[in-house]
Amino acid sequence: MQDTPPAWLDALVKRFLPAELYEELLGDLHEQFAFQAEEFGAKKARWMYFFEVLRFCRPYFLKRRFRADSKYSTSYTYSPTMIRNYFKIAFRNLLKYKGYSFINIFGLATGMAVAMLIGLWVWDELSFEKYHQHYDRIVQVMEHTNIGEGISTESALPIPLSAELRNKFGNDFEKVASTLTYEQVISFDENAFTKLGCYAESQFTDIISLDMKKGSKSALNPNELLISESLAKAIFGDNDPIHKIIKLNNAYNVQVAGVYKDLPKNTRFYDLHFIAPIDLLFGNNKANINNWYSSSFQIYALLPPNSSTEFISSKIKTVLYEHNQDAAKPVLFLYPMEKWHLYQFKNGVNVGGRLEFVWLFGIIGIFVLLLACINFMNLNTARSEKRAKEVGIRKTVGSERRQLIGQFFSESMLVVTFAFGLSLLFVQLILPTFNEVAAKEMFLLWSTPLFWLFSLGFTLLTGLIAGSYPALYLSSFQPIKVLKGGSFRVGRLASFPRKALVVVQFTVSITLIIGTLVVFQQIQYAKNRPIGYNRNGILSIPFNSSEITNYNVFRDEIMRTNAVVQMTASSNPTTGIWSSADNLDWKGKDPNRQEIFGTVLIDPNFGNVVEWKLKEGRSFSNQFSTDSLSFVFNEAAIKQMGLKEPIGEIVKWHGKNWKIIGVVKDMVMKSPFEPAVPTVFMMNDKERSFNVINFKLSAATSVVTAIKKIEAVFKKFAPNSAFNYRFADEEYAKKFAEEERIGKLATFFALLAIFISCLGLFGLASFVAEQRTKEIGVRKVMGATVINLWGLLSKDFVQLVFVSLFIASPIAYYLMENWIQKYSYRTTISWWIFAATGVATLIITLLTVSFQAIKAALMNPVKSLKSE
Amino acid sequence: MGRSYLGEFEELVLLTVAVLEGTAYGVTIAAELKQRMNNRLISLSGVHIALYRLEEKGFVVSELGGATSERGGRRKRFFRITALGKRTLAEMRQVRNELWDAIPNPSFS
Repeated sequence: MQDTPPAWLDALVKRFLPAELYEELLGDLHEQFAFQAEEFGAKKARWMYFFEVLRFCRPYFLKRRFRADSKYSTSYTYSPTMIRNYFKIAFRNLLKYKGYSFINIFGLATGMAVAMLIGLWVWDELSFEKYHQHYDRIVQVMEHTNIGEGISTESALPIPLSAELRNKFGNDFEKVASTLTYEQVISFDENAFTKLGCYAESQFTDIISLDMKKGSKSALNPNELLISESLAKAIFGDNDPIHKIIKLNNAYNVQVAGVYKDLPKNTRFYDLHFIAPIDLLFGNNKANINNWYSSSFQIYALLPPNSSTEFISSKIKTVLYEHNQDAAKPVLFLYPMEKWHLYQFKNGVNVGGRLEFVWLFGIIGIFVLLLACINFMNLNTARSEKRAKEVGIRKTVGSERRQLIGQFFSESMLVVTFAFGLSLLFVQLILPTFNEVAAKEMFLLWSTPLFWLFSLGFTLLTGLIAGSYPALYLSSFQPIKVLKGGSFRVGRLASFPRKALVVVQFTVSITLIIGTLVVFQQIQYAKNRPIGYNRNGILSIPFNSSEITNYNVFRDEIMRTNAVVQMTASSNPTTGIWSSADNLDWKGKDPNRQEIFGTVLIDPNFGNVVEWKLKEGRSFSNQFSTDSLSFVFNEAAIKQMGLKEPIGEIVKWHGKNWKIIGVVKDMVMKSPFEPAVPTVFMMNDKERSFNVINFKLSAATSVVTAIKKIEAVFKKFAPNSAFNYRFADEEYAKKFAEEERIGKLATFFALLAIFISCLGLFGLASFVAEQRTKEIGVRKVMGATVINLWGLLSKDFVQLVFVSLFIASPIAYYLMENWIQKYSYRTTISWWIFAATGVATLIITLLTVSFQAIKAALMNPVKSLKSE
Repeated sequence: MGRSYLGEFEELVLLTVAVLEGTAYGVTIAAELKQRMNNRLISLSGVHIALYRLEEKGFVVSELGGATSERGGRRKRFFRITALGKRTLAEMRQVRNELWDAIPNPSFS
């Protein structure tokens, strides 16, 4: 039996050897193989044959083959001459119909730019926290507690828990640290800054990743701290900050031990400008470090490699309950870092929070791109009549169908490549604005190969989608039909896909518009919500009892300036509730339920400053010494307690009897989208501490002067502190920031969607008008008026928009009804939104179409009928 | 115009064609060269390219013929040296000889 060389190698050789040399060369190869098989054995001969074949892949042979091909071969799909020809024809077509080309390229570029922006946004969202080196091993310790109406998930835990986890579960945790994040005054010499930072146990710096610029993070010794690069720059300028002593919170003198690079925006720890030892907070009162009853610390941990979060969670489940025996039955668990940003807890279950937005925007991005692709398809198929002859000729001369498909794809690739270049430019221009709206720090990743890979894939994909329909459709023409004469007509059915695509476009656009309007309606609805107090002219500043040691003296001095009408100290500003209690007890309380109340410490002037509305009873007064053991509730709280005759009732709390002296109307202090928090007001400063001072500015003084006067007094009392003031109405407006951001983004996308759709419609309308030139001429001769013709040409498009409206309305209603459900205080979607959207879309459509329609209708019939 | 340039490998191939007189084609030339040159790596493709170049330059002529079974019935391309080829080889040899003679101490090896 004779050995033969591998057949696949022969096939390979055949691919690149010049045809005229194939016979003799393969013959020589085989002869040599036979030789070698005898001499070295078949196996070795095969290898030698393989290398011999490889050595035949030489430029010499390739060049010869190529030359021969271009000289003699008939048709061959990837011949460079043909491809050159495709591009040439494509270019000529682009230049010949400048209007269409512009619409095509510009529309595609807009769509691609939007898709790219959204892609960047999604990328940024998904990359959250990935900055940290131990991303997959960092967890936060959290608790589920049973409250009245379900399970609440909290991150605030008592500080001794971290030591307990460290000591008792040493094998399950590599590092554990309690932290407390605060805004603090940082001063050095004359300079004072208020910055966010955290007090942490020393292992914290090993959990998160810090890029140290100077000094070392290894030891967070007592009385040492780390600061961010930007803070170092602000305080010390170009001087070396290491070993300098700065003052924190006007209380602690600490030495700078290190400077770390500011953390990126896509981590939760962004904006952390200092990290100081947590021991500072306890000063001489070390006993508090073992207080299991005060929960205000965030506990982070680093797990050992390859450990199971669930397993460790189940191990530590009861640790907190064992120590505090809380009636809410806290259950501890570990929350992995990868879920922090995109998920949230609803009634104890981890559900997608932001993840929904990522999906939503991702889908919108794809849709906008699709709209642009549809434009491309529609314009190309609409113009098919113009290209039909070309296709006919090509086919007659010998083009195969797949060659024509190749041609049209290469044409669409060309357009898409132009559009891609243009879209990069758009993105670069829009990105700063987009960053501002989306509150992000995104940039085009010019130097990342992955970005280019993505872009390439994205361009190819867009080219394929946009080119698919024209390529398949145009190449299907039969040459005999298209060449026979002017009788070639794309029948009624041929325009159906085009119409369907227009309907898809407008359905998407209308859905987006309705969605945007609903978002704004909801925001407006919440903004108009009665808030139960007057937030105008209320200014608040932090109240630090180590600076303003005697509040009454301070108060007298402020009041003397006449800048304010009234002022009050309280535990929190009107735009937030900072503490709560779940251990109140009253007559008729359901012993199986934990009712939670917001707790607010105020002084008797509070009511006058915020102008709350008393419903029953009276407010606090300095005249009754018993008022230090009295409560004022809001209506929501009374409702939660189920009291019919609240005034005079006794409530037990912290072992004392408190008397209810008044009920006030609900005030919106937290989220304007949620029901008012059941709140208890008290004036006993043993239970809660004063944290802010609120002023009601006098209407007679201008705001600027008033602030200057207050600041002057403040500086007298606290010369080293920064004077930070906040207006209640501005703070209140910030509560809408997230919703407004969505609204703005939605507006942006909706406008683009309708813009792209109209661009396509404009192209189609002009095409239709051109196609019907003769018909219009004849009609005019027969006596049709301009109005008649305008109606004739616009009718088709208006019909399509109507169809879209009927499809889009239920879809939008369904989607938005779902969205709005997440707000407790929500508007009902009103019918006028649909009506307004419908009218607006119709007007826009008519404007778009009319330009072409009227132009066609005004044409002189002599001109349009003379030709031919 | 001087004659065409002849590379070292081309010269060797041309000489082999002359040696094999009448039976010179790809495989035999490669085998002959391999044998004479202590198994220096001789690739079939290299030999062929040299042959085609020589043919383009007019140093050899070729014709097809002589199919055998181990070639799968494919014909061989036989090469013969032309008069121009012979003359060129002779000229090159003479130049070399003259150069050798011009070396002052020829027994340096």
